[in-house]
Parts: sequence; C-alpha cells; structure tokens
Amino acid sequence: MVTNVTSFGRSGLSDWLVQRVSAVVLAAYTIFIVVYLLCNSDLTHAQWLALNQHIAMKMFSLAAVLSVAAHAWIGLWSVLTDYVTVRLMGPKATPLRIVLQLGMITVTLAYVVWAIDILWGI
Amino acid sequence: MTTKRPVNLDIGTIKLPITAIVSILHRVSGVVLFGVVAILLWMLDISLSGPEGFDSIRDCLTSPVAKVILWASLAALAYHLVAGIRHLIMDMGIGESLEGGRLGAKLALVGAVILIILAGVWVW
Repeated sequence: MVTNVTSFGRSGLSDWLVQRVSAVVLAAYTIFIVVYLLCNSDLTHAQWLALNQHIAMKMFSLAAVLSVAAHAWIGLWSVLTDYVTVRLMGPKATPLRIVLQLGMITVTLAYVVWAIDILWGI
Repeated sequence: MTTKRPVNLDIGTIKLPITAIVSILHRVSGVVLFGVVAILLWMLDISLSGPEGFDSIRDCLTSPVAKVILWASLAALAYHLVAGIRHLIMDMGIGESLEGGRLGAKLALVGAVILIILAGVWVW
C-alpha cells in the first residue's frame, strides 16, 4: 500500500484538481511570456523592468510560481511513489523516497521564497 | 498484510506502447522542468537586477552552450505543455477510447516535435 501522507492535498481528488488548475495557470503564463518575448525581440531592460513592476504582472508571476510549487509537488510525488518503491528497489526504497521527497519539498519552498524576493525586490 | 500479494501492473517489466511512451516522456520532461525553474528564476533575478545584469544575460545567451541548455529547457517545456493539454482534452471526455488514446498520443508527439523545432529556430 502506498501511503498518501506526503501527497499535496492529502486526497487524490484534491491533488487531481489542483494539478489541473495549476496546469492551466502555467500554460497561460508560458504562452504570455513566449508571445511577449516574440513580440519584443529588441527588449530593453527598462521595458522588462516596467512589465515586471506592474502589480498585475507581479500577481500573475506569483500565481505562476505558486502553481509551479503545487504542480511539482504533486507530479514529483507521483513519480517518486511509482518508482522509488520497496517492490522495485527493496527495503531501502522507503527511507530513500522520504529523503528525496523532503529534498523536493525544500527546493519547492525555496523557489517560492526566491521568486517573491525577486518580484517584491524590484 | 502479506507482502506476496499479486501485482496487476508491474511497471518495471511491462512493454511500452505509444501511449506509454508519451506518458513517460511527460514525466521525464516534468522532472527536467523542476530543475529548469532554477535556471529561469536565476535569469529573472539577474535580468531585473539592473541594465548590466540584463545585458549579461543577453550576452550569456549568445554562447553555444547556453543556447543548447535553453533549447533543451524549451523542448521540455513545449513537450510538457502539449502532453498536458492532451490530458485536459481527455479529461473532457474526448479521445478516451483505445484508438482515440493512440491518435491523441501521435498528435501530441507531432505537435511537440513541431514546437521543439520552432524553439530551435527561435534560439539560433
């Protein structure tokens, strides 16, 4: 039996929905940034700074980074609990998976703090 | 609970049809993108630090190694985006049959290859 104690929302249905809502946010953000960069191939620092200083853009970027955090947490949980298992790797799999999950969660939270530091430091 | 219970889906040994290849690539690209986030945040940080930082990122992206890393990152992003859109379409009940699943997998692969080539054109 796979324990769900380290899953994101403690419920499969909740994780399923969060994964899709965050996916839509990230798709919108990705398309916006790509189209913006394609339309501004001679982008200057002043233009780039003005875009990222706009409160609406900060909110969009914050939504994107929070979506990355939730999306990566759920996605990597799925991957780790599928492959780093006792059935595939033997009894050392459980401590290894816990270490990898804690590392993944630490990096995820660091990304969020880093992004907020960048966005509200400009 | 006995540990000798039968397993109905041993992912360590089963063969991979096209739908499974599309699925495993979705996972691989997702794991890669988790690392790419660090590169993107680093680029955002430096590019917003000042005009010198902005120019240093622009100069850095002229090097062949940086171009390859950027293209690989965009490739992972493009693939993950296309495969994710396929998931959302299937969640709406479209293409859920065996044949529909196979066709969707082929379309996702073709769409991703086109976007990855376009990303390469953009980077170089």
